Amino acid sequence: MTDHVLQAPIVLPRRLRQGGFAVGAAIVGVVIVAALIGPALIPHDPFVQDLLKRLVPPIWMEGGSAEHVLGTDQVGRDYLARLVYGARISLLIGLSTVIVSGLIGTTLGVAGGFFGGRVDDIVTFVITCRLAVPLILMALAVVSLVGSSLLVVVMTLGLLLWERFAVVARATTAQVRNLDYVAAARAAGCSRGYILLREVLPNILNPLIVVATLEMALAILLEAALSFLGLGVPPPLPSWGLMIAEARDYMFFQAWVIVIPGLALLVFVLGINLLGDGLRDLLAPEGRA
Amino acid sequence: MTPVLTVESLRVEIPVKSGLPRAVRGVDLAIGAGETHGLVGESGSGKSLTALGIMGLLPPRARRSAARLRLGEVDLLALGERAMEDVRGDRIAMIFQEPMTSLNPAFTVGAQLSETLRRHRKVTRGEAIARAAGMLARVGISSPRTRLAQYPHQLSGGLRQRVMIAMALLCEPKLLIADEPTTALDVTVQAQILRLLAELQRAMGLAILLITHDLSVVARVAQRVSVMYAGEIVETGEVADVFARPMHPYTRGLMSAVPVPGKVRRGAPLGTIAGVVPSLIGDIDGCAFRARCPSAHDACLRPPPVRGAGATRSYRCHLLPEVAEARP
Repeated sequence: MTDHVLQAPIVLPRRLRQGGFAVGAAIVGVVIVAALIGPALIPHDPFVQDLLKRLVPPIWMEGGSAEHVLGTDQVGRDYLARLVYGARISLLIGLSTVIVSGLIGTTLGVAGGFFGGRVDDIVTFVITCRLAVPLILMALAVVSLVGSSLLVVVMTLGLLLWERFAVVARATTAQVRNLDYVAAARAAGCSRGYILLREVLPNILNPLIVVATLEMALAILLEAALSFLGLGVPPPLPSWGLMIAEARDYMFFQAWVIVIPGLALLVFVLGINLLGDGLRDLLAPEGRA
Repeated sequence: MTPVLTVESLRVEIPVKSGLPRAVRGVDLAIGAGETHGLVGESGSGKSLTALGIMGLLPPRARRSAARLRLGEVDLLALGERAMEDVRGDRIAMIFQEPMTSLNPAFTVGAQLSETLRRHRKVTRGEAIARAAGMLARVGISSPRTRLAQYPHQLSGGLRQRVMIAMALLCEPKLLIADEPTTALDVTVQAQILRLLAELQRAMGLAILLITHDLSVVARVAQRVSVMYAGEIVETGEVADVFARPMHPYTRGLMSAVPVPGKVRRGAPLGTIAGVVPSLIGDIDGCAFRARCPSAHDACLRPPPVRGAGATRSYRCHLLPEVAEARP
């Protein structure tokens, strides 16, 4: 049993030293933890207004107080509480959108790549059609027609952001389909369904995970853009995009009102992208124990 | 006794844009229990398509027909896709050329072995693992329990081919189709794998269809051999007999291309067969080997007859071997 010593995975620490992945993981980790337990720790309610304490600056600026660490917004709501609550919204939207679009895109892509022929022609055509649709315009149109709610935003983004999943799933499936172990599985009497689920899907998962991080970042940015334009998450829900939109009027005299949610958005999206990059290296076949 | 595998006039055609290549043109095979039948021929002669045709694993566009295709008493031509899935991996198993890519990289060896078994047999997970470990030990893998927990990329090529063999034999099939099982391995491992196959064959009474282009492999393990050319079997017989007295000009050409220590003069060029394989599109008029045959003559424009030579020997040529030998 000495072999166990040899097979111990030494991959993770080595990759961790590569910085980017660690930074990305740390940022995303902090945001997730903040979103989960943050609201319980902060003594303020993100929805309660206090018109006597409007636009209190954050603690490091003149006039700031320890009571409102990041200050308050234009109607006196605690900015830290709103920021943390907004992280929940961003995460929720990012994850749900990726689940919806990942399901659609992967199903289409795998079907096209595996069955080829006419099925593939149809899938390719649908992907091309989707690429011809202007993203923001379409999302704006749908949301303004149907009305904005969290569910509508998630579904709209989910139904629009699947094409990268489909393209990647289709290409990798077509590659895996012709490999010997798929032929071996067929020779061992496995059905098509089994081969799709156990032979193809696990082996195309790595690139799909990387796509998922990219799409998640994109979904969060798009939601922020929609909210900024007033068609995203409806107020008073504290979406980061909405916070930026509401802070627009105070940009020149109380710059921090717009800088704080903007910075949060920037850092979080950067973190997700770094994480995706790191995952790509980490999940390369030679990195698997 | 009925042979394990009976194939009569198996044909495979694959429609492509430029025509209808008839890749396999009427192959007959019969393999008994405990027998190894070598199927040799150059690339594109239809060896692998013959195997896939027997397995029912041809590409979807390909068309297969046969007068008879039986596994023991079972008529494979009458089975639907579902029933064929039950036969594959259970009564016919197949091993492939490339052990490096024949195992799914995403799962451990143990998971793959036990799932293959559970696909065909009603056994519990624990039982399947135990039998997988037993099978690994039988194919000569030491510390099988450790290997079961490993991923394919942690194993060497020889080990992986042993795992493939274990997986193929897990359900104790009647017929094993080995498509160039040792081509990708280095020579010492090749010898080990061939010896292992022979041992398991004796123990399990397995019929093996061994596809290869390596005549030395055939000489080492096969009892009978069929030589394929352009989708047809041009000569078939006992290995010792065919190698000692090749009757078809193509077989003779192949033999003269093999260096034999002591027989081949140092520095002298080895024999070659001039020309290229004919196009497989459409019918081939007359003898397919005509254009490359050193003893071709007018009669070769007609389809060659199948001549018997002893009870177990036949070849497809107009000429009697004495005449053909005298000609070049």
